[in-house]
Amino acid sequence: MKIPISWLKDYIDLDGLSVEDIARKLTLAGLEVDEIKYAGLAMPEYKDGEKHEFKTSGIAWDKEKLVVAEIREVKAHPNADRLTLLDLFDGKESQTVLTGAPNIFHLKGTGKLDKPIKAAYAKEGTTLYDGHAEGLQLMTLKRTKIRGVESYSMVCSEKELGISEEHEGIILFDDDAPVGMSLANYMGDAVLDISIVPNMARNANVIGIARELAALTGRELKRPTMDNGRRTKKSGQSSAVNGQSVTELVEIEITNPELNPRFVAGLIRDIEIKPSPYHIQRRLRLAGMRPISNIVDATNYAMLDIGQPLHAFDYDVLVSRVGQIANLSHKIKIITRAAKDGEKLTTLDGKERVLTSENVLVCDESGPLAMAGVMGGAESEVTDKTRTILLEGAAWNFINIRKTAKQHNLPSEASFRFSRGVHPAMAEQGVKRGLQLMAEWSGGQIAPDLVDVYPLKPKDPTITVTTKDVKRLLGIDLTAKQIAELLTRLEFECKVEKDSVKAKTPPHRLDIGEGAVGLADVLEEVARVYGYDRIPETRMSDSLPPQVGNPQHEWEEHARDILVILGLQEVVSYRMTSPERESRLVSFDEYVALANPIAPERRVMRRSLLASLLENVEKNARAESISMFEIGSVFEPNKNDLPNEPRKLAIAMTGLRTQTAWDVKDSASFDFYDMKGRLELLLSGLRLSGISYTPTDSSSLSAGFLHPGKSAEVKINGQSVGAFGELHPLVKEKYDFEDSPVIVAEFDLDTLRNATPTYGIAPVSEFPPVLEDIAVIVDESVTAEKVEGLIKQTGGKTVTRVRLFDVYRDEKIGAGKKSLAYNLTYQSEKTMTDAEAAAIRTKIVKRLEHEVGAKLRG
Amino acid sequence: MLDKLNEIEKSALESLRSVTDSAALESWRVSHLGRSSALMTVFAGLGKLSKEERPAVGSGANRVKVALESALEERSKLVKSAALAKSLEEDALDVTLPGRGVHVGRLHPSTQQLRKVMSILADMGFQIYTSREVETDEYNFQLLNFPPNHPARDMQDTFFVEAEGRGDNPILLRTHTSPGQIHAMREYSAMNPDNPPPIRIALPGMCFRYEQITARSEIQFNQVEGLVVGENITFADLKGTLADFARRMFGQHARVRFRASYFPFTEPSAEVDVECFVCGGKGCGVCKNSGWLEILGCGMVHPVVLQNGGYDPARYSGFAWGMGPERQLMLRYKIDDIRYFWGNDLRFLEQF
Ligand SMILES: [Zn+2]
Repeated sequence: MKIPISWLKDYIDLDGLSVEDIARKLTLAGLEVDEIKYAGLAMPEYKDGEKHEFKTSGIAWDKEKLVVAEIREVKAHPNADRLTLLDLFDGKESQTVLTGAPNIFHLKGTGKLDKPIKAAYAKEGTTLYDGHAEGLQLMTLKRTKIRGVESYSMVCSEKELGISEEHEGIILFDDDAPVGMSLANYMGDAVLDISIVPNMARNANVIGIARELAALTGRELKRPTMDNGRRTKKSGQSSAVNGQSVTELVEIEITNPELNPRFVAGLIRDIEIKPSPYHIQRRLRLAGMRPISNIVDATNYAMLDIGQPLHAFDYDVLVSRVGQIANLSHKIKIITRAAKDGEKLTTLDGKERVLTSENVLVCDESGPLAMAGVMGGAESEVTDKTRTILLEGAAWNFINIRKTAKQHNLPSEASFRFSRGVHPAMAEQGVKRGLQLMAEWSGGQIAPDLVDVYPLKPKDPTITVTTKDVKRLLGIDLTAKQIAELLTRLEFECKVEKDSVKAKTPPHRLDIGEGAVGLADVLEEVARVYGYDRIPETRMSDSLPPQVGNPQHEWEEHARDILVILGLQEVVSYRMTSPERESRLVSFDEYVALANPIAPERRVMRRSLLASLLENVEKNARAESISMFEIGSVFEPNKNDLPNEPRKLAIAMTGLRTQTAWDVKDSASFDFYDMKGRLELLLSGLRLSGISYTPTDSSSLSAGFLHPGKSAEVKINGQSVGAFGELHPLVKEKYDFEDSPVIVAEFDLDTLRNATPTYGIAPVSEFPPVLEDIAVIVDESVTAEKVEGLIKQTGGKTVTRVRLFDVYRDEKIGAGKKSLAYNLTYQSEKTMTDAEAAAIRTKIVKRLEHEVGAKLRG
Repeated sequence: MLDKLNEIEKSALESLRSVTDSAALESWRVSHLGRSSALMTVFAGLGKLSKEERPAVGSGANRVKVALESALEERSKLVKSAALAKSLEEDALDVTLPGRGVHVGRLHPSTQQLRKVMSILADMGFQIYTSREVETDEYNFQLLNFPPNHPARDMQDTFFVEAEGRGDNPILLRTHTSPGQIHAMREYSAMNPDNPPPIRIALPGMCFRYEQITARSEIQFNQVEGLVVGENITFADLKGTLADFARRMFGQHARVRFRASYFPFTEPSAEVDVECFVCGGKGCGVCKNSGWLEILGCGMVHPVVLQNGGYDPARYSGFAWGMGPERQLMLRYKIDDIRYFWGNDLRFLEQF
């Protein structure tokens, strides 16, 4: 919402407040000023590195060099057909000014003007925007010769003065512009661009902002006088009210008050369609709207002024539609109703709209006239020939307007306001204001009275606020009188009774609820007007809640720490993917699918965390070495119910095991055992035991993407918790990976987390251990796990450590055989002798010979 | 004879002066102090000398021997230190060559920031509460006082999940962690419905908004919310608690500014600006010269939300606030493209 300061000043005295002061007050009170655009007023000067509070743009006008001047004659240029020479008076002296402005060109050579034209005159040395440049480029007026005629000054367009983009012609002021007055004093302005949050919809207008400022500063709000027939504010002329009353000409039928709580209509005759006064056009442009004609501008101006969108119908079209051009035998009947599905209306943008029952229509007896609150129909639109206006001011159900504006992609200033709710009381004020402005700008005659059908009045709740409530919820001590004073500034009608205030909601806002909600609504207003900055900072006095912790979160954070210690980089992926992307790794029939995805490749929620992780590996494939993990949810569909969100851990490793350096050239690639080593450390870090590694079951999900011979399933006490191994060569092919194998792991964290941890440590003996190596030759079919198990079983408590340090195959050992070499550590409760160790060793070797046919290797 | 001894001493000391390494030192020792050296020959010939001559020559020889030995020792020290100096010089490394790398694991920057936030909140007595990412409209919106078709819904563009027959309660991706407020309040109030216990929790997690992915907007982002519910919780407490939090989070001298704002699930609501932690409030590119950074939204828990959570708004009150760890990181590290976070380029991640 763009608010020109000059407009605000119509309703509140802002003396002594800078534009920044005003912007700051509004911003702190919840009307955030996003930008201040200067169009003439003095700008604060910021030096480099100096703090400025607001984003600022625009220019200030030089008070000496830019003045109101009058053009007395438009003469031909001796050497250029398209240019003219102006005989201009700047209040002090006459000037000759060169211009190519098309909007005074027709006066060329007509001699001395009967009525001089008022224009914005820039003297030599003025800095303003270059009207011919793309965008906003500053330039300074210099003395020069154009086609043999000296030029040192100019008459300006709006673009040159930073008012708007308009550069079609020069500004032509209203007749009452005072010649010689500094332009900055005449119409210097600044525009506040304010974000309107949903519960501030009432303030999407100049009076709303002025009312807030009045409340925040304690100043008086000056309201426009809006009674028809009274003296109008600016011109002081009386806008004539006469002729037949509108109530004799028009009647209104509201079929559903829920959709249309109020409909007010007024009528104005004998209007002349022409441009609005210049100062009105300028205000509209500064407020971000395009001036069209005095009538359309009046509806827009009234909307920006008090917040009520209006719609002007060409009354004569309505009359002709019902076939009663003369001698109306009965009234024109305006009917509001929900549209029928499939019903059509051509809106004033020329588009034929196919409507649904969500849309609301303003109709007459022959059919639809306008899409209520969103856009008028083409047929009854105001044209240059329009002589009589039927002006609508209505209240509409904000939900229907929201749906309609969205459905037909018609965001507008009107639908913005209606879709956030406009109080029905504003309908009457809006029509009065609109008619008044139309009369003022078009010379029309306002018909007496208004047609006003108001079947559904809003509650305007009365809320009781006590000093205790204020203390309990805001933490400040205010007297009832103080509370009432703050609320009265926002036009609540307050009654003080001892320690409580009964505050009646003023009839321009719909954001105050009832009961506990209303209390919160009103307390927010108390806090806002009192000033958030004046509320003290205190520490909570309430007791601490029961401490319950979050074991799952804590456990996962612990797992993350271990994985990081193991040299793995954590990543976080998009939850959204596509079945195609995941199917490179694994295929699922069903997904949690989005109804409104941003793109086909992000249309479902992931089911495989590993698939996401591999995409990250792929993106980083050129890195020398990659070790990554992610912990997160996957999404298992559950028909039309909420999905399951099991937690997963995925790990991927590929590339060099050791970082190369200038003197470390060769490094082997990560393989199965690098991953296994890390998993062993992870699981022991999580204090899990009873772990076994078995070849992957070909029926398991992971068997589909793992190398059948280089993969394993991880079980804890027989229960599968995950699988890992080298990516199957055929799966690897589908990715853009480098040559080295890609080793992956995926764990079901919920199962892992629910495994019972075991605590306790192995004692550290103070007696020296006996260390010994043994190597045994066994058949290939005998697993290392089996041999190690037998050694541990036989050695019992004495053998405290068994470490496989070599696996060796050779012809001398024999085909189908391998040698497994172990370091054994013998340890007892006293210093152990070699002989004692040898005795155990003999037992171990015998056991191995007996059970797996092992032979001791020389 | 004594002249001869003087001669021996003089020539030995002279030749010692040219000795520079340990081998030469040894050969000098052999030739000047060894068994067949001239000096030793003098000692050996002492017996043949007359009784008168013997004491003088004997003591003279001894003097020369001591002199040579001490000269040798001195020289030896010199030679050794020269050799050490030489070897130290020869062994010198090029200290400008790069150090050897180590594969290091790191947490994703978002996790690091989430942890930072949550550890401060833990110190302040807040416990972590996590809840699901796919939610119902009821929990994400309705129970949080966003009625269907309410304009406030425009503030949070939503991803909906395909599901049939759900009427006014579609499935969606949570747009904020606030559904957890309802889950938590209902869990706590179920413990003792007549006297629900106070709540002080932090709600971290991934949230989703229907946006185009650009340098400035993302479809997913982390959020951390704080929620306090209890008796006697005031707006002044909200201000004090957030001021405390800001000092822990952004620096001991960080100041905060509360601006009125609107969120459907809090009232009164506020946006909180923290004095720019990059420039200390003087004005810089990060704060766009304003000296303030918009860092969190907050407010008193709306009575409808309290009611929906099982807490009577006439007796209980509370406050909540929410903030984005990615936004904090972007401001702190001057990251100008939000897509880095889920892009997972190692060259980005390795900088944290
Ligand atoms: Zn800064």
